[in-house]
Amino acid sequence: MKEHWRWPEYRRTVPGKDWTRASIVTAGVDVGAVSSKAVIMTDGELYAYSIMRTGASSPDSANKAMNWALEGTRMKLGNVQYVVGTGYGRVNVPFANKAITEITCHARGANYIWGPTVRTILDMGGQDCKAIRCDEKGKVTNFLMNDKCAAGTGRGIEVIADLLSVPIEEVGPMSLSVEKEPEPVSSTCVVFAKSEAMELLRKGWPKEMVLAAYCSAMASRIAELLRRVGMERDFVITGGISKNVGIVKRLENIIGIEALPMKKEFDPIIAGAIGAGLFAKDFYEKE
Amino acid sequence: MGSKNVKVLILKDSQILAEDLAPSGFDQKTATEKIFKAVLRKVGLSRGDIAYIVATGAGKDLAPHANSEVSVVGADALGGNFLYPSARTVIDVGAETSRAVRCNEKGRMIDFVINEKCAAGSGTFIEAMARALEVKLEEIGPLSLKAEKIISMNAQCTIFAESEVVSLIHEEASKADIARAIHDSIANRIASLARRLGIQRDVVLVGGVAKNIGFVNSLQRTLGVELLVPEEPEFVGALGAALTPLKSGGNEK
Repeated sequence: MKEHWRWPEYRRTVPGKDWTRASIVTAGVDVGAVSSKAVIMTDGELYAYSIMRTGASSPDSANKAMNWALEGTRMKLGNVQYVVGTGYGRVNVPFANKAITEITCHARGANYIWGPTVRTILDMGGQDCKAIRCDEKGKVTNFLMNDKCAAGTGRGIEVIADLLSVPIEEVGPMSLSVEKEPEPVSSTCVVFAKSEAMELLRKGWPKEMVLAAYCSAMASRIAELLRRVGMERDFVITGGISKNVGIVKRLENIIGIEALPMKKEFDPIIAGAIGAGLFAKDFYEKE
Repeated sequence: MGSKNVKVLILKDSQILAEDLAPSGFDQKTATEKIFKAVLRKVGLSRGDIAYIVATGAGKDLAPHANSEVSVVGADALGGNFLYPSARTVIDVGAETSRAVRCNEKGRMIDFVINEKCAAGSGTFIEAMARALEVKLEEIGPLSLKAEKIISMNAQCTIFAESEVVSLIHEEASKADIARAIHDSIANRIASLARRLGIQRDVVLVGGVAKNIGFVNSLQRTLGVELLVPEEPEFVGALGAALTPLKSGGNEK
């Protein structure tokens, strides 16, 4: 059976860099509920990273992600001078020198990726969603989080991708291919929204219409979180759902603010791990 | 007209003549027609013998032949208080909604709180958990009574709780302990719903989930009050609806 929720795992080395000439090598490892990310930084700049599915054990997932990020670089874990763990499983990163919450790390990472004008970060993860406010230094000033309910999280998208047998990367584009935007599904709860989607399919709605109704309900749910935390420009989106254009476009419509476009050399999923890698450099220099 | 089952009950001079239920399915209207006819046949009556029909429940607008309708909370109050005249609070946990209703000595609804937004506070939650645990829905209640250890679940959301149950199985927690944790978890949510209303004795528990002995036990423990559970708790809403014309509470259609 095809697993439609499954998203691509990958690793990457930034071309044209020689880590052996760097004076400080640090790493940030973000073990999320759904995906694990390891980032290697040389002198505070992105060098290599990996993104993979989190398994049943956090320590195993951290090890695997780190080893994969190191793969092909000829670097060994021993060459990394300081490691900061972050994310849901941050205290279970066996080789980390320190653990920092992902909220702090996402703000720092976003400040690094997009620059000091960023004031609001929306991190749409696999099992939670956070709206974070920060200052020009990337320091968190306020945040709100939903980690109690799957509505508005990546799990919610996985459920609908599986139900409709649509590969998860296609959910967003497909949902935008409708001629007229349907009414959003009325249920917030993912379980009830799934039943509602099934009912729409039975009524003969095409898949893209059902996806549009579902994505639009999810976008309103996320917009609520942003409204409550208070929006200020510049606004950026991190985390896995930032890649779902169907949610992002609808969300931007509701809040009336466009998110800064993703910088080419980065993946929005690794923002937290980058933040952790930057904190690792700070700590190394301090110690 | 529940989201999972349609219930039909025939009342004659405050005596229950017959009752039965059928799955709501994809076409609740047809399902209702069928079960209504079946119940009539059971007691040898025809449609013309029925003086008045009142519909209630999530799908009450779809009810065929109905002369009037009554809100689910109004029906809960009437039905619960009819079975137990001492009842002042009726807690109804159904397939997709849950509610707590305050009533007076005449069975009139005074106040209520309702959850219809979140599956974690309804029977759907236990169904999903039974699937994750790979036990039959009818078995999960009795199974939870065999629990030896108290585990508490972190997840509230049904979707997240499914994953948590799977991890608990991997951690080799016993199925009975997990089953109890599942019931404790939903009981906590129902209890906080009921506490928002304020709990006044006696407390009656109705709705399909009241047939689950594991849930009844957990809720009793959490609330710290004895719960009165009728023999056929899922028919209490229908009973309340049937009582409405006698108490002249229904709205004429």
